[in-house]
Amino acid sequence: MQAPYTVEERPETGLNNSKLGIWVFLASEVMLFGGLFSAYVFLRMAAPAGEFAYWGSKLSIPMATVNTMVLISSSVTVIMSWASLKMKDFEKYKMYMGLTLLCALIFLFIKYFEYTGKFHHGIYPSSSTFMAIYFTLTGLHGLHIIGGMIVMGYFWLPAGNKMWHSEPEHFTNRIEAAGLYWHFVDLVWIFLFPILYLL
Amino acid sequence: MSSDSHHKENFLQKYIFSVDHKIIGLQYGITSLLFLFFGFFLMMIMRWQLAYPETPVPIVGGLLGDTGILLPEIYNSLGAMHGTIMIFLGVVPLGVGAFGNYFVPLQIGTIDMAFPRLNAASYWSYFVGGVVMVSSFFMPEGAARSGWTSYPPLSVFESGQTIWLIGMIFLITSSLLGSINIIVTIVQLRAPGLSWFRLPFFVWAQFVTSFLLVLAFPPLEAAAILQLMDRVASTSFFLPSGLVYAGATVEVYGSGSPLLWQHLFWFLAHPEVYVLILPAMGIVGEVLANNTRKPLWGYKSMVYAIVFLGFMSFIVWAHHMFLTGMGQAMSAFFQTTTMIISIPSIVILTAFFISLWGGSIRYNTPMLFALSFLPMFGIGGLTGLPLGIGAADIHLHDTYYVIGHFHYVVAPGTLFALFAGIYYWFPKITGRKLSESLGKLHFWPSLIFMNGVFMPMFIQGLAGVSRRLWDGGQLYAHAQDVLQWNEFMSISAFCLGAAQIPFIINVFISLFNGEKVDRNPWGATTLEWSAPSPPLPHVNFEGSVEVYREPYEYSVPGAEKDFTPQSEK
Amino acid sequence: MSDHDHGHIEEHIKVYLTVFGALAVLTLLTVSASYMDVSNTEAIFLALSIATVKASLVAGYFMHLITERQTIIYILCLTFVFFLVCMFVPLITIIDHTAL
Repeated sequence: MQAPYTVEERPETGLNNSKLGIWVFLASEVMLFGGLFSAYVFLRMAAPAGEFAYWGSKLSIPMATVNTMVLISSSVTVIMSWASLKMKDFEKYKMYMGLTLLCALIFLFIKYFEYTGKFHHGIYPSSSTFMAIYFTLTGLHGLHIIGGMIVMGYFWLPAGNKMWHSEPEHFTNRIEAAGLYWHFVDLVWIFLFPILYLL
Repeated sequence: MSSDSHHKENFLQKYIFSVDHKIIGLQYGITSLLFLFFGFFLMMIMRWQLAYPETPVPIVGGLLGDTGILLPEIYNSLGAMHGTIMIFLGVVPLGVGAFGNYFVPLQIGTIDMAFPRLNAASYWSYFVGGVVMVSSFFMPEGAARSGWTSYPPLSVFESGQTIWLIGMIFLITSSLLGSINIIVTIVQLRAPGLSWFRLPFFVWAQFVTSFLLVLAFPPLEAAAILQLMDRVASTSFFLPSGLVYAGATVEVYGSGSPLLWQHLFWFLAHPEVYVLILPAMGIVGEVLANNTRKPLWGYKSMVYAIVFLGFMSFIVWAHHMFLTGMGQAMSAFFQTTTMIISIPSIVILTAFFISLWGGSIRYNTPMLFALSFLPMFGIGGLTGLPLGIGAADIHLHDTYYVIGHFHYVVAPGTLFALFAGIYYWFPKITGRKLSESLGKLHFWPSLIFMNGVFMPMFIQGLAGVSRRLWDGGQLYAHAQDVLQWNEFMSISAFCLGAAQIPFIINVFISLFNGEKVDRNPWGATTLEWSAPSPPLPHVNFEGSVEVYREPYEYSVPGAEKDFTPQSEK
Repeated sequence: MSDHDHGHIEEHIKVYLTVFGALAVLTLLTVSASYMDVSNTEAIFLALSIATVKASLVAGYFMHLITERQTIIYILCLTFVFFLVCMFVPLITIIDHTAL
């Protein structure tokens, strides 16, 4: 027996369980990245003037700008994949979800080049406080991208077909929840990008 | 009715990887009780050393090295791990994981938590975290020894800390998943007719507790990641420039801040202490109402108080940091918020006291524990007030006074409330009552020896004896007059340990031979008592549940019995 | 949101694509702004303002917060308050440090 309001909405709140659940989870993620951003601000204030700007200038703005566009595009494709399901078009869903995963992969590739580029020049997290917080913030963000890819990858091919045919509404809600998570990951990057690369 | 249990569950599915909240609650309960006893045992070793310095520890001395004497480094490990285990592996999993998981769905009249598989995942994450923590004792480096507070720079260089941080990440994940589940369950799955102000006080307590966990734990997770980086990747998030450790200059970039750790740590750790007390207050509310045969006095004010308490708990944390050189403005801010936060606690405690007035009090074992919670938590709370005032805290910070204060709140406070819950709800879980005589044999010595262990700590603390000292203060002139209390406290601690034996025997005997009872042996009003004992696998109740009444309709004038269940029309 | 029908969704898609365009433009704006010769404080204010606008678009339209239920909005407001506390109170404590 399934718990009530797993798929349909509870009249009093207008929500189904997974929507409330994912938002509460995202609230905790706001606090997680909040803790790290708080560390960034704290450390920047404690550092000598200009030090963070100096180390920040070693980052590649073009690469990060491309990555920003890639991630924003993936946000659009993921919501298009959900919209396709709402319009009962499973093939379109597969296309858009595939594109989302592709964008995520590109993002990770570019990050990989960024990181290895730094290591090649002998720049590691231990090289400065700025580099430490840069690698940690982008690293944790990257882990969130990988986590999202695993979940969306699971919903894309292996589980997608099966769930779409057995419980389409439940599946659509799950994609909406996955999409909300993915938009949050995009949101974090929207702040990470200017803070780390431009300031 | 149970359409998806048409497939038979094998042993693993039914008992090990079960998604039934009752099994998971029991898993949490058994695991956490084992950890509580283990944490207690670690403390007993420490107390031996404090009472009889540098004498071989009996029974376990062989594990401590050739001489059998507890060495300072091991003492520090026992101290750090006692705190960590009691809080994160003991009290919170028992209060939230066990009682929350088992009884929240029942008290709101539903079949399970909103996300049963997530529930199982959160238990197993806790289990793995626990294994990681305990395994640290067997690593060559040994267990963590920088206090449960893990302050850098010490924690960045000391042994055993990396595994502690990894263990914490599993435990934090478990708490986050569990609390998301509780919040969604309470918001979405309340039975028809169960409006917010008809919820049992226990459910309100679990609801607020879960918000604290969800919003306060992540900054500590962030800090743990940063400390891991400092240990493993040679970063210096928490290491200032020019640091010298063990005689040598530390070769790191520097420019970091130990205070950053303290802020991020206490941002969680203060709400965490409310996580420790809130489920306990919830349980006390249930037991008091039931055994006074009266509604809780001031239920609505208690609900507002507990919500306000939850909110305030996020803005008091730096009262743990008064001695870090903060300026007057911020010190005044945190002193003010700390004083304000005592108000909701007083409201709740006062309401509990007034609830006793005019009641037909039954002095069964759960009630004895619940009643003793009131003065014990009272002492704990009152002794917290000087700590919240900067001028007094200058003298009391990091002394035994602090240890006395927080143990009063958690040990004869929360732990007694949790025992009350075990005695109260055992019949619902097993269909049998725990023995009353063994219960009283557990209660009275526990109460006496709890006070024996912790009351003298105020005396030592006021004399200036620092905490975390391996030799208990022996080398200090100011400690000489109060040193004799060490032996007294240690003997009390050993007797307190012995007092738990009747409880352990009681549980085992009663599981097989306890008095069999019907589904509502205490004559209680809340929804869990209308389910069979134990409640049905996966569905809990025999039919659908509807709620028509307030949670504590005891002794309603004109009613035929002295209680009316919430589900009765 | 099971009350959506075909036509509704197509309107939504138009909104999504418009937002995408806006986000792209704002990204280019924020990069070019970083090359402007302004003081540190102004740079921070500019960068965070543009980021906030972008984030609001994502949160409002992609995450549907603009039409979301009260329960969610309350939880997020509460979170935001504590986020601000976590971000700024440690800072203020440091600024207010006693000169020892």
